[in-house]
Amino acid sequence: MKFSEEKLKKVNEIIARYPDGKQKSALIPILHIAQEENNGWLDVTTMDHVAIMLNILPIEVYEVATFYSMFNLKPVGKHVFEVCRTGPCMLNGSDDIIQYIKDKLGINEGETTSDGLFTLKPAECLGACGYAPMMQLGKHYREHLTKEKVDLIIDECRRNAAKNN
Amino acid sequence: MSEQTPKFKVTIDNITIEVPAGTTILNAAREIGGDVTPPAMCYYSKLEGSGGKCRTCLVEVSKGSEKDPRPMPKLVASCRTTVMDGMEVKNMTSPKVVEARKGVVEMQLLNHPLDCPVCDQAGECHLQDLSYEHGSSTTRTEFERTTFSQEDIGEYIQLHKTRCILCYRCVFAANQLTGKREHGVLMRGDHAEISTFIGKALENEFIGNVIDVCPVGALTDKTFRFKNRVWFTKPVDAHRNCPTCSGKTRLWMRGEEVFRVTARKDKWGEVEEWICNDCRFHKKQASDWVIEGPSKIDRHSVISQNHYQGAVEAQPELVNEIIGKNPKLLFDIHEVSDVNREEIDLSKINGPAHSDNFLANQKAKHERKLKVGRNK
Amino acid sequence: MKLLLENAHIEGIRYYEIYRKHGGYRAAEKALKMAPDEIVEEVKKSGLRGRGGAGFPAGMKWSFLAKPEGVPRHLVCNADESEPGTFKDRYLMEFLPHLLIEGLLISSFALGSNLTFIYIRGEYAWIVDVLEQAIAEAKTNGWLGKNIQGTGFDCEIHVQRGAGAYICGEETALLESLEGKRGNPRIKPPFPAVQGLWLRPTVVNNVETLAAVVPIMNIGGEAYSKIGVGRSTGTKLISACGNINKPGVYEIEMNLSVEEFIYSDEYCSGIPKGKKLKACIPGGSSVPIVPANLLFKTAKGETRYMNYESLSDGGFATGTMMGSGGFIVLDEDQCVVRHTMTLARFYNHESCGQCSPCREGTGWMYKILKNIEYGKGKMSDIDLLWDIQGKIEGNTICPLGDAAAWPVAAAIRHFRDEFEWHVTHPEEAQTRNYGLAHYAEPLSTVTV
Ligand SMILES: Cc1cc2nc3c(=O)[nH]c(=O)nc-3n(C[C@H](O)[C@H](O)[C@H](O)COP(=O)(O)O)c2cc1C
Ligand code: SF4
Ligand code: SF4
Ligand code: FES
Repeated sequence: MKFSEEKLKKVNEIIARYPDGKQKSALIPILHIAQEENNGWLDVTTMDHVAIMLNILPIEVYEVATFYSMFNLKPVGKHVFEVCRTGPCMLNGSDDIIQYIKDKLGINEGETTSDGLFTLKPAECLGACGYAPMMQLGKHYREHLTKEKVDLIIDECRRNAAKNN
Repeated sequence: MSEQTPKFKVTIDNITIEVPAGTTILNAAREIGGDVTPPAMCYYSKLEGSGGKCRTCLVEVSKGSEKDPRPMPKLVASCRTTVMDGMEVKNMTSPKVVEARKGVVEMQLLNHPLDCPVCDQAGECHLQDLSYEHGSSTTRTEFERTTFSQEDIGEYIQLHKTRCILCYRCVFAANQLTGKREHGVLMRGDHAEISTFIGKALENEFIGNVIDVCPVGALTDKTFRFKNRVWFTKPVDAHRNCPTCSGKTRLWMRGEEVFRVTARKDKWGEVEEWICNDCRFHKKQASDWVIEGPSKIDRHSVISQNHYQGAVEAQPELVNEIIGKNPKLLFDIHEVSDVNREEIDLSKINGPAHSDNFLANQKAKHERKLKVGRNK
Repeated sequence: MKLLLENAHIEGIRYYEIYRKHGGYRAAEKALKMAPDEIVEEVKKSGLRGRGGAGFPAGMKWSFLAKPEGVPRHLVCNADESEPGTFKDRYLMEFLPHLLIEGLLISSFALGSNLTFIYIRGEYAWIVDVLEQAIAEAKTNGWLGKNIQGTGFDCEIHVQRGAGAYICGEETALLESLEGKRGNPRIKPPFPAVQGLWLRPTVVNNVETLAAVVPIMNIGGEAYSKIGVGRSTGTKLISACGNINKPGVYEIEMNLSVEEFIYSDEYCSGIPKGKKLKACIPGGSSVPIVPANLLFKTAKGETRYMNYESLSDGGFATGTMMGSGGFIVLDEDQCVVRHTMTLARFYNHESCGQCSPCREGTGWMYKILKNIEYGKGKMSDIDLLWDIQGKIEGNTICPLGDAAAWPVAAAIRHFRDEFEWHVTHPEEAQTRNYGLAHYAEPLSTVTV
């Protein structure tokens, strides 16, 4: 596992934010970058690499990576649908949206489609309650979801995948 | 500096004592001793930063201090709350505490497996003691208990994740004794577990001490020969000339055989001096040791049920002080074991106890039943 | 009156030039000429209360900050915003990043923080870019960095992303996370004001709290304290969601009635499809749910207003709390059991797992609620739930335990018959509309 030049620069910038001896503070931001560089998940090699960069013990990285729900410890699909299902989204029909995605993609929560394109990851409140139902897709939120909108998103992802291949 | 430390007066369950400023309520209560002392599952005086997590030591502060007599609005963790001058604390004497503690015990047992009969820790498990002393007798959960994956952490230590109560003691111990921790608490919430994540063998020469600090049977000694029930073995204090640690240990013997080596523990169940792996795991011959004599065990658990020397009994004055509350007896070992006979007084046996001493006796069992019936 | 969102609609207000043109950084100009303690005094005078949920007076918190010689102090902005129903900080940061940066600069100057962090929930990834852009602009224009506006005061602001953990909104868990650790709340005392980030004295405040320092500087603490009512001074952002016609973020004066807030066209504009109101959780998922008949009028029959005191009138028996301002509305067709179940699942998912009542109790409550919701519950389960929540509340390390217990307690307190209905009608309980709309009696006739 290796960081690209550009990311390495970013990593060093982040480490430099903290006072001497407090570089462990950079752990979570760097794990985000590492996950991006590693197809959306963190394997042991990657985490050990981060431990060396920050001069901390590997277990300190594992402890943190397993605590936060945004870090994936198993491979995920190219596009991860994180559909919120907490109260306010539920009031606006998130259950139906989740069911629709499950049926359409033929996967359950926590699963990835066989073509490796989609993962459905259950999510709790993402802070978009007023724009429910919603999901997180990559860096951005997709809000006011309807079945039609879900169709469009899935098509969009498929097109992107085709283009990039 | 210590000479300068002022003394604070604190009253716990109507018993007043003076302690140096900075003392926690729990440690003040330990000075008094007996049932005034709240149970502690996560706090460990020898491990810096421990405590505050398990919530079994909650007490009511009915008077904050002489200066500010207001009571504290919530129950507080006595292990992490320092005394103020004139503070008044209720432990046993607070119905709120008794009730809350019952709740905490219920929560700790909620996902704890019911495998005491096959657990190596049975008989010296603090959770067992806690539930007998402070819990209620029935469980109200109908759900399946959480299970965790098996993880092999090497040839010395057996890890049973399901039994862990997440006291974090072993994490503090590994941090403070080994300097290069290889295990920790992973995951979050009710999925949190003790693990190395990568199935690593723990081999640091002081790592064995995690077994002694673990209050339950989550970390046990894999080299414990023949997996004996602790109450069949007899503890003796011993020492050897060890280049790594103090060499002062406790041997758990049966006849001439050393079944297990542990550190010596004080009356709060805490290790007196850490010992090294070599003493603990590799010195299993009586000839490896200079035996000092039978151990003084005054922790009131099943081990001391057989009247070891120095077993502590509730002082009658205490009962009067704490508004007549009679400290509840622990479960009777004779109720759960067929083998130990109550007429056996281990401390009176000359030399180490031998299996002959434990032969089952049907008559005694019958009498025992009668006695238990009467106690209720 | 709008103090925070007044300029939110202006095209490009996100950028420095436009923000500055509309009066931006005037408060900072003013503040940098004052003595730090004078700023703290102004904030005290304003009566500003923490907008993160607990409502602790901000000025008082600032005055508790320890100032040992030679030890750096820090200001940390809590932008973790993960309480279900709450999305106001996000709005403020997306649209008015410079308002927050200006507030942070003034507050950092007042508290003596040369290194200030914005801890933002990891999911708000694009907002990090918005904020970093604003920080860069502010720096270019001499509002951050070394020797700010010639005062000799240095200040850097960094945005730090979390990674998915509601508990990191709790201030000590946040600090742990900022130190690169698991988000386990610390055992208090010591409080952050004495030992916070890297064990240095630290102030943690919510985004909205720190943004409000800007109008306080502009109009003066005294004038700010005159807005609103009683101890609920100034304006408050409310994020409204659930079954309403116009969900969104509103800035209100705290003398607005709840009824007006829900039905006026200026705010939520009523319930969709002309449905009746059933219940409301006015302060984020952690505060008690109140049935319609206790929402517009207190138990004493007085009008209920959108402020700290009025919302909590009647205590937990008949009142609720202002909380973080996450306003969740349930219409007559919604199932309180199901809603409560999702919240229980949320708290179970978000418990850090340090202390046993919360770690085990939240999961237990969720499982029981799931059984009841899916028609597998027993009558005794309802009492058991009540008992469990009581065993969690007040016995945990941090208030997440309470936050998990209160919604369950309030749901049973006010909607017990609905729980019982689920037990007695196991088949129908699995379909979602079960038709228990009698909480939604016409509002004008409500008496208690
Ligand atoms: C479980 C939990 C979650 C919290 N989440 C947040 C949050 O997302 N944002 C926030 O500002 N405060 C949150 N708080 C409150 C903070 O602990 C703290 O009181 C607040 O940041 C102080 O800022 P204020 O005084 O400006 O409100 C949370 C508290 C708890 C117990
Ligand atoms: S393994 Fe034992 S010592 Fe370690 S956290 Fe679990 S119960 Fe505590
Ligand atoms: S109450 Fe819950 S979230 Fe808070 S410290 Fe305890 S287990 Fe963690
Ligand atoms: S011993 Fe005090 S909380 Fe565990």
